[in-house]
Amino acid sequence: MIGLSHYLTVAAILFTLGVLGIFINRKNVIVILMSVELILLAVNINLVAFSTHLNDITGQVFALFVLTVAAAEAAIGLAILVVFFRNRGSIAVEDVSMMRG
Amino acid sequence: MTAAAAFFYLFAGLAIASGFMVIASRNPVSSVLFLILAFVNAAGLFVLMGAEFLAMILVVVYVGAVAVLFLFVVMMLDVDFAQLRQGFQRYLPVGGLIGAIFLIEIVLVVGSWTIDPGLVQAPLGNPTSGESFTNTYALGRVLYTEYAYFFQIAGLVLLVAMIGAIVLTLRDRPGVKRQNIAVQNARTQAMAVETRKVPSRQGVEV
Repeated sequence: MIGLSHYLTVAAILFTLGVLGIFINRKNVIVILMSVELILLAVNINLVAFSTHLNDITGQVFALFVLTVAAAEAAIGLAILVVFFRNRGSIAVEDVSMMRG
Repeated sequence: MTAAAAFFYLFAGLAIASGFMVIASRNPVSSVLFLILAFVNAAGLFVLMGAEFLAMILVVVYVGAVAVLFLFVVMMLDVDFAQLRQGFQRYLPVGGLIGAIFLIEIVLVVGSWTIDPGLVQAPLGNPTSGESFTNTYALGRVLYTEYAYFFQIAGLVLLVAMIGAIVLTLRDRPGVKRQNIAVQNARTQAMAVETRKVPSRQGVEV
């Protein structure tokens, strides 16, 4: 029987993969942004799992808001990335410390 | 093993495998495609849990909008991605160690506690679905009443993100000819046409 702990384990593995992705792709901002999306997906799986397990819709409402913020974050992050690439011709994270004002 | 359990293991296994490929893939375009696969499988997990509306929203918003946005940006930027992967081998041991410790901690926490069964059985204020109403109905019933302000703030967040993305990426290039309707409309015959007397058989200097 598939219970709450199965879903929580899946979410934990996805979350860890996201954190690992940030660690091992330190230079590639695009993969870092995708890792953040994976982390937020894991959080959403947790929220929905608890929501359906406890039979209360509030968790799903929060998952909806997390989805909204994740979409906004991806849009702004990619816009910053495009502007940065236009100015410097590279997306290496080490160069980002050169940004002033 | 029931069909639901089989589908759980299918979706969960595919989601984790494609999540791993997102961070390990050599080509960022295939990273984005694996991200799409992970989101579709997560939507399948949501359907299994009984959150149909969020599952469909996940497909529409993530696969339809966010992942395609990633795909556009990856293909638009002319970056040498092989060069960006140079530190991969160096960071792998440390990252793997931290990830393993983190995963073991979370799984230990998940495995070591249970929810009070009485809490699960007792119906709370807003059930997820019931005999007479669907999941979408249940979500809408609280989203537009109890969480109306949060809903509006979420809309505001999206508006700010939209305006921010436009303001950041809009560039006005100098030297590009643009149509100026006010100037066009303000043209008179005196500004546009010059009348000259042309002597016979001599032409006119332009």
